[in-house]
Amino acid sequence: MVPLSWYVGLSSALFLIGLIGVLVRRNTLVVLLCIEIMLNAVNVNFVAFSKYQHVIDAQILVFFVITVAAAEVAIGLGIIISLFRLKGSVNIDDFNILKL
Amino acid sequence: MEILSFVYFGGAILLSALMVVIFKNPLYSAMSLLSMFAHVAGLYIILEAEFLAGVQLLVYAGAILVLYIFVVMLLNVQAQGRVLQKQAPVVFVAAVVAALEVAFLISRTHFYPEIPPVPHPGVPPLGNTEMIGMVLYTKYLFPFEIASLVLLVALVGAIVMAKGKLKFR
Repeated sequence: MVPLSWYVGLSSALFLIGLIGVLVRRNTLVVLLCIEIMLNAVNVNFVAFSKYQHVIDAQILVFFVITVAAAEVAIGLGIIISLFRLKGSVNIDDFNILKL
Repeated sequence: MEILSFVYFGGAILLSALMVVIFKNPLYSAMSLLSMFAHVAGLYIILEAEFLAGVQLLVYAGAILVLYIFVVMLLNVQAQGRVLQKQAPVVFVAAVVAALEVAFLISRTHFYPEIPPVPHPGVPPLGNTEMIGMVLYTKYLFPFEIASLVLLVALVGAIVMAKGKLKFR
């Protein structure tokens, strides 16, 4: 029997990897992928707690997280395409046009 | 047996997540993310969430990643200049500190042992998918409808964003 703390450790390590990727990478496309990693880390946590506490509601929540992730990717890729048309690059430090 | 499969799936998940961050080419990153999604689905099967494993494979690996790879190939960006941002060394130091903090917290937390399931008398035990369906269409019906609205707005927003003929000024 795998203890619950292993799942929590795995998901926090996964979340940290995603967070490092978001903060470190310069390519906006990879930043979007790292956000997906973070969402998956949260989902693993939800499902693990759902199994160990016998609460099915957590799995419903994972379902909604997946829905929001799909919406977020569609919008994010649309923004990236539109910015690429504007600037000719996908590097995140070229996109400081809102800065004063 | 369960420990062995947890170690395999967990190790593969962490390894492919690291590969996503490390690879220079966004297409390779997307491919290792595909491996991560597949292994997360395996982890869901260990955790007796078969419906979510299916949804994970269908939605994440099937829909989101294909859309993503489409855009990567459409833009066809060659990697130029440096891969990391300027603040990368600070982030690495902060990440080590955060990892130590999380490890400390997890090692000091007292987790409950697994509760055995309480069978209700007279209620037949349901499978995972039936249970999710029962709860989703009764208790969570309103959020379910709102989710469809969110998807509709995302659909319209993505088309407006990517179309590009509209003037935003």
